[in-house]
Amino acid sequence: MRTLLRLVSGDRPGHPVASLLLLALLIALAFAPFLFPGTRSMAAAGRICIFIVLAASYDILLGYTGIVSFAHTMFFAIGAYAVAVPLAKGWGGWDAIALGTLGGAAIAASLAALIALLSLRVRKIFFSMITLAVASLAQILATQWRDVTGGEDGLTFALPRALGPAFRLLDEPFLGVRFDGRLITYYLIFTVCLVLFWLMLRIVNSPFGRVLLAIRENEFRAEALGYRTVVYRTIASAQAAAIAAVAGALMAILLRYNGPQSTLSFEIMVDILLMVVIGGMGTLYGPALGATVIVLAQYYLQPALQAVSDATASLPLLPALFHPDRWLLWLGLLFILIVYFLPAGIVGTLRKRRA
Amino acid sequence: MPEPLLDLAGVHTHIGRYHILHGVDLAVPEGGVTMLLGRNGAGKTTTLRTIMGLWRASAGRIRFDGADITAAATPDIARRGIAYVPEAMGIFTGLTVRENMLLAATTGRFDVARLDAVFALFPVLKVKWHDAAGGLSGGQKQMLAISRAIVEERRLLIIDEPTKGLAPAVIAHLIDGLAALKETRTTILLVEQNFHMARSLGDTVAVMDDGRVVHTGAMAALAADEALQSRLLGLSLAAHQ
Amino acid sequence: MSETTPRPPRDWAPWLVLPAVLLVTLPLMSFSTWITLTVAGAAMGMMLFLMASGLTLVFGLMDVLNFAHGAFVTVGAYIAVSVLGRLTGWAGSDSVLLNLAALGIAVLSGAIATGGVGWFVERTIIRRVYGSHLQQILITMGGLIVTAQIVIALWGAQPLLVPKPAMLRGSLLLGASAIESYRLVAVALGLLLYAAVHTVLNRTRIGLLVRAGVENREMVEAMGFRIHRLFIGVFVAGAALAGIGGVMWGVYQEIVTATIGDEMTVLIFIVVIIGGLGSITGCFQAAILVGLTANYVGYLTPKLALGSNIALMVIILLWRPRGLFPVAKQ
Repeated sequence: MRTLLRLVSGDRPGHPVASLLLLALLIALAFAPFLFPGTRSMAAAGRICIFIVLAASYDILLGYTGIVSFAHTMFFAIGAYAVAVPLAKGWGGWDAIALGTLGGAAIAASLAALIALLSLRVRKIFFSMITLAVASLAQILATQWRDVTGGEDGLTFALPRALGPAFRLLDEPFLGVRFDGRLITYYLIFTVCLVLFWLMLRIVNSPFGRVLLAIRENEFRAEALGYRTVVYRTIASAQAAAIAAVAGALMAILLRYNGPQSTLSFEIMVDILLMVVIGGMGTLYGPALGATVIVLAQYYLQPALQAVSDATASLPLLPALFHPDRWLLWLGLLFILIVYFLPAGIVGTLRKRRA
Repeated sequence: MPEPLLDLAGVHTHIGRYHILHGVDLAVPEGGVTMLLGRNGAGKTTTLRTIMGLWRASAGRIRFDGADITAAATPDIARRGIAYVPEAMGIFTGLTVRENMLLAATTGRFDVARLDAVFALFPVLKVKWHDAAGGLSGGQKQMLAISRAIVEERRLLIIDEPTKGLAPAVIAHLIDGLAALKETRTTILLVEQNFHMARSLGDTVAVMDDGRVVHTGAMAALAADEALQSRLLGLSLAAHQ
Repeated sequence: MSETTPRPPRDWAPWLVLPAVLLVTLPLMSFSTWITLTVAGAAMGMMLFLMASGLTLVFGLMDVLNFAHGAFVTVGAYIAVSVLGRLTGWAGSDSVLLNLAALGIAVLSGAIATGGVGWFVERTIIRRVYGSHLQQILITMGGLIVTAQIVIALWGAQPLLVPKPAMLRGSLLLGASAIESYRLVAVALGLLLYAAVHTVLNRTRIGLLVRAGVENREMVEAMGFRIHRLFIGVFVAGAALAGIGGVMWGVYQEIVTATIGDEMTVLIFIVVIIGGLGSITGCFQAAILVGLTANYVGYLTPKLALGSNIALMVIILLWRPRGLFPVAKQ
C-alpha cells in the first residue's frame, strides 16, 4: 500500500468512489485492445490517453497556478507539427519522432516562458484576453504557412514501419487481438502518457507544487513570504506547455496526420476547459476523469442525440436542438451547470464530501 | 433615557477566515458627537463598514432609528439617512466638485440654502466648483467628502479619520467645520486618532480594542483621567497630537 | 490655509497615438488611397466601437468579464439576415430613403433582440457569478458556446447571405478617392451613437452614476444608489450596441456565419484592452486605431495584416500596461 502511495507521490484521489473510477480507468486503458477490440475503440482509447495528459497539463495552469490561458492548444499543436513536419518531409523515422518531440517540447516551453513573462505587466484579465488573441494568431499562422504546415489541409505522413498496420510482432492473433503495429502504437502512447501523468503528480506534490498552490490562494502573501511568483508562474507555464507538446506529438502519431482542426482548433480548447472543470480543477485526477467523459461523449453522445432528434421529429424546433451536430450545445449547458452548481467538479466535490 | 439613534449589540464580523469584530456593543445617542477611539487594528473601520452594510455582520444586531438594519443592503441603509465618509474619502476623482456634490443630492437638485451654508464652511469648494475633484489637495478632498455628507439633511454622519495625513492648519479648519456642524444637532459618529480633535468635539466616547468596545462614557470624564487614557490607548493622549 | 499641491501634468501622450498613425501612413501611399483606406478604417472602427463599448463599460462598472459578448454580435448579424430578408422590397428599391429605412429597421430589431438576450443572460448567468473572475470567464465561455449552437439550430449551419441595400452598394467619388457609400453610413451611425453615449454619460444623472460607479462602486452604493439595477441597464444597453454592431458588420460582409461573433471577439478584446477598461473615450479611439491599422497594413503588407493588431496591442501594453485611457480606480 505504501509503495502504491509513493508511486502517486502521496496524492490520494480523495474518495473511494474516485479511487474506484480511476482504477477502473487505468485497467480499461491498460487492456483496452483486449477488452474493447476493434480499431475504433483503440483509437478512442488512444485519444483518451492523450487528452488525459493534455487536460492534466492544463490543470497545472488553471487549477494549481490559477492562470486562465486560452492558448494551450497552441502548445499541443507545436508538438504535433514538430513531429508531423519532419515525417511529412521524409526526414527519417524514429529519430525524427524523437527529435521532433524533444524539439517541440523545447519550443513550447520557451514560448510559454516568454508569454508568462509578458503577463508580468498586465492584469490577469488582460492576460486571458491576450492568450485568446495569441491563439487566434497561431491558427492564422498554421493555415497561412502552407509550405511548412500544409495549411488548412494539414500534413499526412507515414510512421516508421514498426508502428504501421503491416508490421507483425506475432504472426497469429493472441487473445483475439492482432499484435500489429497499431497495437504497438497504442501501447507506446499509453506508456508515455502514463509516465507523463506520473511526472505531473510528482510536480504538483513537490515543494514547488505547494508554492504554486500558495500563489493561487493568495499572491500577495506568497510574494511577502519571499517567493518570486513570476518565476514560479513561468516555470509552471513552461512545464505545462512542454507536456502539452509531447501530448501533441503523440496525437500526430496516433492520427498519422496533423492539421489545424486536429490540434489547434478552438473547439479543442473548449474541450480541455470542459474536461478540467467537469473533472475538478486542481486535482489532476479530475481532468483524467473529465477527459474520459468528454471523449466518450464525443463518440457516443451523437448517436444518443440522433435518437432523441428522431423521436421529437414532429415537434417544432426540438429536432434541430437535438441534432447530433449540436452535441456541443448540451455539453456547454452541462458545463454551465457544473461551473455554477459543482464548481469543484466531480473529484473536487467528492473530496469535499469526504472532508 | 431615550433610545440611542444607532445601537449595536454583540456584533461579530468575519472577513474571509479572519474574525475581526468579537461582539461589539455600541450606542450612539441622538444629537451629539460620539467618538470612536482605539489603536490601529482595533476594528474601528470594520465597525463602520459593518454598520453601512459593506461587510455583513456574522452575528449580533444593528438597529438604527428603531429599525433593524443588520442584514439590510448598503443603499437601503444609506437611504435611511446615514451619510458615510470613509477613510479614503471616496471622492470620485474623474468627476467635478459639482458632480460629486450632485450625486449626494437625492432629488438631483441642490437645496440652495444648505449649499450656501456649505460654501460658508468651506469656501474653497465654490472656487473649485467646476474643477475635476482629482486635482484637489488632500485637505480639499476631505472638505468635499464632508460637504457631500451634509449637503442634505441626514440623521447620522459616520466619518472615518478625517484628519489623517493632513497638515495642522487644515485640521484646525476641519475642526471648526465639524464644530459648526455640531451646532446643528446632527448626530455624528467620528473615528479619530487625533485626541485633540476628539476632546474638543466629542460628547460621548467609546474605545475599541481587539474587536471589542472596552470603554464607554462621557468624553469629559475620559479627558480628565490620564491614567485611564494611558491604559486604554497606550499612551497619554494629550501627547498624541 | 490654502494648500494646493501642483496639479500633475495632464497625460496628453495617449491622445497623440491616433493622429500619429494617421500622419505616419500619409506619405506611404497616394493621397486618394489614403483617404479610401482611412474611411474604410474609420467605418470598421465605428462598428468595432459599437461592439466593444458595452464590454468595456460592463467590466469597468461591475468588474464582470463577459467572454460571451461576441454572442450579441452574432445574434445581431442573424437578425439582420432575417429582417432584411423580409424587407427585400425596400432594400432592393432605388430609393435611398427606403434603403436606409430597411437598414434602420434591421438595426432597431437587432438592438431590441440583443437587448433582450442580454437581459436574459444577465438574469440567468451573470448575476450568479459576481465576484469571481474565474467563474465569470468559464461560465460566459459556456454561454458563448451554447448561444452559437442555438443560433445554428435556429438558422442552420450554412453561411447566409445578406446583401447590402441596393443604393448603398456603390461608391462615391471624392476627388480621386472612391468611398463606399455603406462605409459612410457606418461612420455616420457610429458617430451618432458615440455622441449619444457620450451625452448620456456626461449630461444625465444616470451617466453620472455610471461614471462614478466605474471609479468606486462601493461609494456609490454607500450614497444610497442600488447599483445593481444600473448595471442591468448598462449590460442590456451594451448588448444592444453590440447587436447594432453585429447588424452593421453582417451587412458589410454580406455573408453571415455562426462564428461571426467569435471572429470579432479577438478584435473586440484588443480594442477594449488598448482603450483601457471602463473608458468609452478609450474604446472609441482604440476602435478607430484598430480599424485603421487593419486597413493600412492590409494595403501595405497584406501578409502581416492579421497579426498587426495583436502586435499593436503588445506594443501599447508595453508602453501603457493599463491601456491608453485607463479609468482611475479606487
